[in-house]
Amino acid sequence: MPIHEEHLIRPENLKTQEDLVIDGIDVSGHWSTFIESRVVTDYNEALEEEIAALPGGEYIHRCWQCGSCTNSCTVNEVNPDFNPRYWIYLIRMGMESELLRDKEIIWQCVSCNKCTYACPRDVVPEGVMKATAHWLELKGHTPKSPSMVFDEVFTEQVIQTGKIEEGRIIRSFFKRTGQELMQDWLVEMVKRLVAKLPVTLLWKMGLANVLRPRTSGWAGARDAIQDYVDEKNAEHRKALRLDELVELAKQEAKPGQQMAAE
Amino acid sequence: MSTEQRPYRKVAYYPGCALEGTGHAYNRSTKEVGKALGLKLDEVKNWNCCGAMEVKNIDPKIQTYLSSRVMSIAANEMGHDVVMAPCNGCYHNLKKADYDLKHDDESRQVVDRISSKAGHSTYEAGQVETIHALDWIKEGIGEKELRSRVKNSLKGLKVANYYGCMYTRPRHIFPEKDQGPGSESTSQPHFMDDLLAVAGAENVDFPLKTACCGGAHTLSDSDTSTLLVLNILRAAEAAGADVIATECPTCHSGLEMHQVRAEKKFGYKLEVKILYFTQLLGMALGLSPKTVGVHENVSDSMPMLKQKGIA
Ligand code: SF4
Ligand code: SF4
Repeated sequence: MPIHEEHLIRPENLKTQEDLVIDGIDVSGHWSTFIESRVVTDYNEALEEEIAALPGGEYIHRCWQCGSCTNSCTVNEVNPDFNPRYWIYLIRMGMESELLRDKEIIWQCVSCNKCTYACPRDVVPEGVMKATAHWLELKGHTPKSPSMVFDEVFTEQVIQTGKIEEGRIIRSFFKRTGQELMQDWLVEMVKRLVAKLPVTLLWKMGLANVLRPRTSGWAGARDAIQDYVDEKNAEHRKALRLDELVELAKQEAKPGQQMAAE
Repeated sequence: MSTEQRPYRKVAYYPGCALEGTGHAYNRSTKEVGKALGLKLDEVKNWNCCGAMEVKNIDPKIQTYLSSRVMSIAANEMGHDVVMAPCNGCYHNLKKADYDLKHDDESRQVVDRISSKAGHSTYEAGQVETIHALDWIKEGIGEKELRSRVKNSLKGLKVANYYGCMYTRPRHIFPEKDQGPGSESTSQPHFMDDLLAVAGAENVDFPLKTACCGGAHTLSDSDTSTLLVLNILRAAEAAGADVIATECPTCHSGLEMHQVRAEKKFGYKLEVKILYFTQLLGMALGLSPKTVGVHENVSDSMPMLKQKGIA
């Protein structure tokens, strides 16, 4: 049978034969394309629970696959492979290897919450995207995304001083991601800005870089937040069994020692 | 209702970090418009960052705490029951924190615990009402009174009103919206349109009012952001707008930055200008472009404003 909606199938799973004869009948042309059959054996049955244990993933179990999230999604419009409904499906089915095929783009969710607005089941797909991106990093499937580095730089500064100063965030971000600070478009923007600004204001903006804005009396809040962060990190490691995995990897790395112990 | 009886005549003001940096012109023009209209702003003492778009990705409850601290100071140390935040991010986060504290025990526990360790009183849900600068002007002064104060009509200026994501989504944190006539709509917001129409501007039919500018990934995924901004700028030009009016420092600088980036990197030059709605409103009230900080914008609107006879 000809395959309808061929675009929904990954190209590597489509097989087309030029000259095909089956049981003496020439079936080439219209009838020569097949979908590769495949059997999924590597389910991770804990996948849904692991995502649900991370902030944002709590309501994934409510999804009934209506597709409104993908339909309304800002990033999907730019990149059709960005498909929240499908990823939620894979996670709930435990199809980890299938999910990992899209690991490089999941972090690109821009948190516009159009999906949250459209979702009839209060899944908060935006949260699920963040939880999934987080999961990919915690499990070591992806390096830290630029977005995560940015979030970290930002959050560290807030926890330390109570406030942020944009110039400093931008500098630390470019440094940590190994990018050139003097991107030509940033330079152009600053040039246009400076051309119109009075000197006194430039002075003030320069000073903000030196006299870091901070909330006074912040030390108490800083320590209290830091305690909470440490506690949460430990919880997440436990939910994803990260310490077990690390232990396992250590054992495998040192077969000699293990034998000696036996 | 006489002007004195209106709500929001004196509110706690939470500018937030962006308004001390890239959004300086928004801070300045908001204060100037307040002054011109006799609406009083009492800045939240010793405020901290609300968590912006970033902290929630590390942990949403830290964000809830950060926002709650701001509201706690306004309520418990300054005795206010209304906090006005002109930044969509701050406005959104304060609203969300209030919602979470009302509906989620765990959020309450975390906020209680961090607040008491940090040594200040906990914020209790409902102690303050968080409003946007749009609510503040619309309710605090009213359209009738505003009309009578317009000295320099924006007549002939075609405006595309851009509200972005955080002002309307997700819907559940804005229980006062979508309440029928008079209330703000989450699908077709109109408060900024209403105010600028009173100031004489002509609002164009702009389909991307609540589209996303990719602000969350301005730097970490710049190409996507540029693409999203290009959509917005193009739609505004196609609708015949001279200027896009903004009501958020992140949207505003996102539009400005990626307008430059689109030109430098992809060779798309778009002429539409970008101004804060408070800058437009301020000029309509007779304030000079300088007073409302037009020179602090990246987008150079002066020639256009002069040509329209506004500046
Ligand atoms: S909109 Fe909600 S219910 Fe529908 S597929 Fe997306 S997450 Fe599932
Ligand atoms: S929040 Fe993320 S997943 Fe949801 S619509 Fe926006 S970009 Fe798509």
